Amino acid sequence: MSVRETFLKATEEILDADPDVAIVLADISAAQLAGAARRHPDRVINVGIREQLLVSTGAGLALAGLRPIVHTFPSFLVERAFEQIKLDFSHQDVGGVLVSYGASYDMPAAGRTHQSPGDVALIDSLPGWTVHVPGHAVEARRLLLESIPGDGRVYLRLSAQSNASPHLGVGFTRLRFGSSGVVVAVGPVLDRVLRACAGLDVTVLYASTIRPFDAAGLRSAVLSASGSVVLVEPYLAGTSAFWVSEALADLPHRLRSLGVRRDVEVRTYGGTGDHDLAHGLDAGSLRLSIRDFLGE
Amino acid sequence: MTTATEPGYAELPRLISLMTGDDKHQAAAESTVDVLWVLYDRVLDVTPATFREPGRDRFLLSKGHGPMAYYAVLTVKGFLGEAELPTWSDALSRLGRHPDRRRVPGVEISSGSLGHGLPIALGTALGLRARELSSKVVTLIGDAELDEGSNHEAIVVAARFGLENLTTVVIDNQSSTRGWPGGIARRFDVEGWETRTVSGRDHAALYEAFTGAHPGRPLAVVAVVEPKG
Repeated sequence: MSVRETFLKATEEILDADPDVAIVLADISAAQLAGAARRHPDRVINVGIREQLLVSTGAGLALAGLRPIVHTFPSFLVERAFEQIKLDFSHQDVGGVLVSYGASYDMPAAGRTHQSPGDVALIDSLPGWTVHVPGHAVEARRLLLESIPGDGRVYLRLSAQSNASPHLGVGFTRLRFGSSGVVVAVGPVLDRVLRACAGLDVTVLYASTIRPFDAAGLRSAVLSASGSVVLVEPYLAGTSAFWVSEALADLPHRLRSLGVRRDVEVRTYGGTGDHDLAHGLDAGSLRLSIRDFLGE
Repeated sequence: MTTATEPGYAELPRLISLMTGDDKHQAAAESTVDVLWVLYDRVLDVTPATFREPGRDRFLLSKGHGPMAYYAVLTVKGFLGEAELPTWSDALSRLGRHPDRRRVPGVEISSGSLGHGLPIALGTALGLRARELSSKVVTLIGDAELDEGSNHEAIVVAARFGLENLTTVVIDNQSSTRGWPGGIARRFDVEGWETRTVSGRDHAALYEAFTGAHPGRPLAVVAVVEPKG
């Protein structure tokens, strides 16, 4: 089952089981949740193609004591309606689970209008959000289920890109040990990072939850390997660079940030693989970047 | 018309003057003061003892700028102490030039940026309905605030969802840059709201407008006051 189907199925289960959860939609995924909407007409709320209202409605539901899930593509959820997120969730100090599907370029032939490589950087400008970037459907399901209890502010970034296997760790999980550098892989870039690092003497860390940032996990890896850190993220390059610098502030270190290019707007259609190549996020390009940085 | 001798209401000009520093300041100069008074005095079921109860009525001040009348009404109704008013907007005060729900008891939303109150109120009204609570949700916006597109998204959806528990009061002091041909009420009316346009200074008319039945439809009360000078 795809990540998106997994999310929608889990959401139905949650709505059936928990009378305090509601989902707000802006037409995207409304057809798939039509059954749930019939069973729970007051808690499956489709506001039409109105993303400002989508986000504010979620916040209003939270003020009324419900746990809202708010869902659409990331360009419209985070970028179009950003002030609603900033004021109606953060500034009101209410919780919610914002779930996007589409990532940086999951719809490559749709062009720039449906690409959102800056979403995590935008959320990162607000304090206190948990950011999940699952790299597998099983991770997505667990992270969604774990986001429902409580009243925290959560951004769950779902992508069509996937690793072969789930890794259900907390914070940074050390998947490979080495001494010449630490390579951090976030979400669906993991398998490519592991291929890129084949035969290299490096530590590989993996996270499907990137905020809060596991500073202790990174420090520990750096102290037992080296101060050369390569950060590989499936969204805007360097999004987590601030947190790496904070974590290693008192340690000599070097950082190379890889991700979606921020120096140019890539106007390519084609397939996901074409975009991976354009941004240097395919296994071959990653291997060249990592070896070049580590001097191997 | 205004009954200036109502207990409490007569206190408002003095309380407002504690914030404005203007002894001659009249409540009548505040575009929202009469609407706020009628709501808190006679319409809303919320008190300092109940403002955390799930079943309370909600008032969302979307027009968060110029909150002196709001703070004055909250003071008369016992949510705030009068001693706090003279130091409002100081670093040590919890009363800012835009209200903060995390700091001021009874304040339901932090506001200031225009166009947030009505969309949030719609979500709150939906949430209360889902929880089978019969509370009212009343939000106050300005006629220029109605320029924000987020309000129009909410106006459409609120009526389609038949949100009888939602009321929007629009203070019309004719400050919208491009105006609203045919009047503000028309904007709500074509989308299926019950609309009532009354003097924003007439307490009896405001009370009737807020409390008359409007089964199955949200209610828009356009409160007309003097044009912004």
